[in-house]
Amino acid sequence: MRLKLHVWRQASPSDRGGFATYEAEASEHMSFLEMLDVVNEELESKGQEPIAFDSDCREGICGTCGMVINGRPHGPWKRTTVCQLHMREYSDGDEIWIEPWRADGFPIQKDLIVDRSAFDRIVAAGGYISVRTGSAPEANAIPVAREKAEKAMDAAACIGCGACVAACPNASAMLFTSAKAAHLNLLPQGQPERHGRVLNMILTMEAEQFGTCTNHGACENACPKEIKIEVIAMLNRDYLRALLKAG
Amino acid sequence: MSRVYSLYSTSVGKKFTMAVSGAIFVLFVIVHMFGNLKVYLGPEAFNHYAEGLRGFGEPFLGHEWFLWAFRAGLIAALLIHVLAAWQTSRQSWAARGHKYRKRDNLVFHYASRTMRWGGVALFLFIVYHILHLTTGTLHPDFVPGDAYHNFVTGFRSVPVVVIYSVAMIALGLHLYHGTWSAFQTMGVDGPRINRWREPIALGVALIVVLVNLSFPVAVYTGIIH
Ligand code: HEM
Ligand code: FES
Repeated sequence: MRLKLHVWRQASPSDRGGFATYEAEASEHMSFLEMLDVVNEELESKGQEPIAFDSDCREGICGTCGMVINGRPHGPWKRTTVCQLHMREYSDGDEIWIEPWRADGFPIQKDLIVDRSAFDRIVAAGGYISVRTGSAPEANAIPVAREKAEKAMDAAACIGCGACVAACPNASAMLFTSAKAAHLNLLPQGQPERHGRVLNMILTMEAEQFGTCTNHGACENACPKEIKIEVIAMLNRDYLRALLKAG
Repeated sequence: MSRVYSLYSTSVGKKFTMAVSGAIFVLFVIVHMFGNLKVYLGPEAFNHYAEGLRGFGEPFLGHEWFLWAFRAGLIAALLIHVLAAWQTSRQSWAARGHKYRKRDNLVFHYASRTMRWGGVALFLFIVYHILHLTTGTLHPDFVPGDAYHNFVTGFRSVPVVVIYSVAMIALGLHLYHGTWSAFQTMGVDGPRINRWREPIALGVALIVVLVNLSFPVAVYTGIIH
């Protein structure tokens, strides 16, 4: 199939950037990123700069890839990162707009690559537990209710790709921050630092230029791991509790 | 005081104050709607109710004390609600300096996208509504103390009916997303309550809008006169 691609090109963080249009030839068996790889080979053979985009595992588990395709983070498939999107979704003659995550908290580095280190700083502010190191503890020493364990696992499925921020009309990072707080706050091991974790993670999130949550739900719909916004309600509740305790 | 300050210092806390003040408004519009229903019982009942609002709490309280305390509470809630709305909106506008060229709508429901302009419309309507039926400043035939008369003659004009109708649509959208959103913001969440959040929000919005819209229609069609 032949496609027309409009791709955001930006040489550096300070460059103004703009869309460039490319003709691409793809087979329906390719993944979306393979289609871009082929475009890049052609660009390089012509001595032009290839389109810069992030990817690593290409199996939907690492959270490195991400771009907005025709207005949707990670493209049109639900529960799917862009590396798992396949070209059979498209047909001959389609026009595709490809843009980077747009958020001031995620400054563009080059083309489709954004700097997501704000997420690292949010996690560093509280996304950990303190344990005594040494030999691994007995796995069943601390009982965890099944329901809690499952909820914690659901929240822990977050791969930190940033699609929630990209999809949010407010560019808010609440879904990410809530998921990272929830998977620890739900477990016994997360209790000792619960209040401090919540306060520090929220304060760090605030400092990173993200917008404010207005419960639109776009994040949940965009999340490739289907994290639900109930984790946001949980963070809201935990924030109040933490403030009451902190005095 | 420091707790209140640290609550309000983050957007999460600002949203909480919006949810609490918003919940106060939700209760208010429901009570207000029930009060208005008395108009169907005729002039005596309605004016008696209107007078009752002024004399509420007597003889323990002075005349109109309760009413003014009630008004002060609502005005305070409105100031907090609008201030937080303005501040959080600005933070969000600043958070996406560069917009998308293509945008696909992934939000749960349309109502959530109308909160800002809808809120401004509501604010303008609140001002108009007070000048129309409370002070009578913008009412062509206002008789102080005859609430029934003011109510009925007020809705005999087409532009007024249009203003109230548009405002009720804005109110319905704001109530629908706002009520749902307030549950979420206040952390009222759980397997059992979650099933009810959407129906409650929709029910409150529909009932308030339909009942309130029935008044101008009833005047216009002569059911109340
Ligand atoms: C006076 C002008 C008003 C403005 C500017 C305004 C604006 C807003 C905004 C921007 C939000 C947050 C939007 C969101 O969650 O997506 C909001 C939330 C809300 N509003 Fe208003 N509003 C106003 C009046 C009202 C009135 C009259 C009511 C009640 C009938 C109301 C009830 C609510 C509720 C319950 C929320 C939910 C709070 C939350 O998100 O947790 N608002 N308002
Ligand atoms: S490259 Fe690892 S999730 Fe897409």
